[in-house]
Amino acid sequence: MSRHVVVIGAGPAGLGAAAAALRAGARVTLVDSAEQPGGQYHRMLPGAYDAAHPGRLHHGWDEFDRTRRHVLAHRRCDWWPESAVWALDRLDDRPPRVHVVRGPADGAGRERHVLDPDALILAPGAHDRVLPFPGWDLPGVFTAGAAQALAKGERLVIGDRVVIAGSGPFLLPVAASLLEAGSAVLEVLEANTAATVARGWGSRPWQLASQSGKAAELAEYTALLARHRVPYRTGRTVIEARGDGRAEEVVTARLRADWSVVPGTERTVAVDAVCVSHGFTPQLELPVAAGCAIDGFVRVNDDQLTTAPGVYAAGEITGIAGAPAARTEGLLAGWLAAGGEPGAPEIRRLRRRRDQGRAFAARLASAHPIGDGWTSWLSPGTTICRCEETSYGALCAAAGSGRSVRLETRAGLGPCQARICGPTVAELLARRGIQTTPHNRPIAQPLRLGELAYPTRKESAR
Amino acid sequence: MSPRLVRSEDDATGRRPDTPLEIRVDGDAMAGVQGQTIAGVLLAGGLQAWREGPSGAPRGVFCGIGVCFDCLVTVNGERDVRACRRRAHDGDVVTTQSRAQEAR
Repeated sequence: MSRHVVVIGAGPAGLGAAAAALRAGARVTLVDSAEQPGGQYHRMLPGAYDAAHPGRLHHGWDEFDRTRRHVLAHRRCDWWPESAVWALDRLDDRPPRVHVVRGPADGAGRERHVLDPDALILAPGAHDRVLPFPGWDLPGVFTAGAAQALAKGERLVIGDRVVIAGSGPFLLPVAASLLEAGSAVLEVLEANTAATVARGWGSRPWQLASQSGKAAELAEYTALLARHRVPYRTGRTVIEARGDGRAEEVVTARLRADWSVVPGTERTVAVDAVCVSHGFTPQLELPVAAGCAIDGFVRVNDDQLTTAPGVYAAGEITGIAGAPAARTEGLLAGWLAAGGEPGAPEIRRLRRRRDQGRAFAARLASAHPIGDGWTSWLSPGTTICRCEETSYGALCAAAGSGRSVRLETRAGLGPCQARICGPTVAELLARRGIQTTPHNRPIAQPLRLGELAYPTRKESAR
Repeated sequence: MSPRLVRSEDDATGRRPDTPLEIRVDGDAMAGVQGQTIAGVLLAGGLQAWREGPSGAPRGVFCGIGVCFDCLVTVNGERDVRACRRRAHDGDVVTTQSRAQEAR
């Protein structure tokens, strides 16, 4: 009987993991909350659009498309789309039991399932980290990921006069998507100074990018921005969005290396939408539930194995290095989780490529850090927790009161359960000497009480 | 301008001519296209915000991938559905939500 490997997440890492596990002879259940594989990077158009050339919006489409078709059609693969993993039960000395509901997002009456895998691979990915600024909660302010998801996933363009701001190379594909759809991108603002970016990437950055499969893509974006005469400015960012019920203008300002605002450098720009991303937050609820050791990201060994028995991790939850690196980690995790030969020559090559991916992640992090001075653009009234509308002033007052900040201000206790404000609140409190632990969400995805009452389908018969 | 759907005749992906659908939003008809999410229909239909936070502050789409829960709506009687993650179907009845009312 072959090993049963459950893979959670069907983005570049998860799909790679599934492909490699199948190749090593395992039976695979591939679980994703979306209707189609691809994750955010290869987010697919809906079937109803019946697009003749979906690859025109993507890099590495042909390889993705081949892998996708191969994996989904494989006789040893069960593909579970629209499936949310809502809990992991830890067991002694074996991978956790996986609780899944299957059906349309947040629907009532989804089917409950339980899986007991021989090995579990976590590849849930990451989402944008957005630092708060006055007006960031106005409609018309989107995460860069939202702009990208809507453009790639359903051909919706968020605006026609757009400023893109934040930090990191991900700002570039977002600009490319908007330009492709005919919008005017007024400027792309990298908050870090040119010196920080250059120092972080160090010597021969292109060599590093090519090793991690990113060079051609980055070069293409740079050329596209030049062709459309879109200014790419370093050391400047959006410090405020203003408007009557929606974002109508942004204030940008020059930043010092530590991201503190240089007074007198403010400029006002009329916009109809703003996209922001200051980096990425790994989706940690499942690794936390599985009991994996975490130091910002999930800690893995040379085999992509976490500290939890039989639990592997791949992709952006182990570090932010982009899709090719995520895929490599997935391939490695899938092969090893399935019991594949660890010393096979191609596995040695994969390990080397994975190590290059890690080096790329480290450079990326040092070239695009978040500077401590960002709090200089906050005012006491700035919303920190979007759900509960906790202001910066209220958070600071509660931090000084000695009472529980979460209970006092409700920051992080709203519908998103601190997914958005969590890292920000933790950072602001740490500066005031209050240490917080990462949010543990025993229910990893929302579930209706009624759904708990339905009987569970035992591990799917094939 | 507001968010807009790329016209199918201009779409580089060569998507086929749109199949229309219609949903009801707080009783009013709103036109969409099969394949769009409910968030996509609302945004392209000219709504930037449809939910209210505790103070009545407007909320619409922020993260677009199911993380921020800003875009919650009631769909055919089911509360708290993430509009960015739910595909729209012809005849869906969408009701907007407000946390300000909850608090009262």
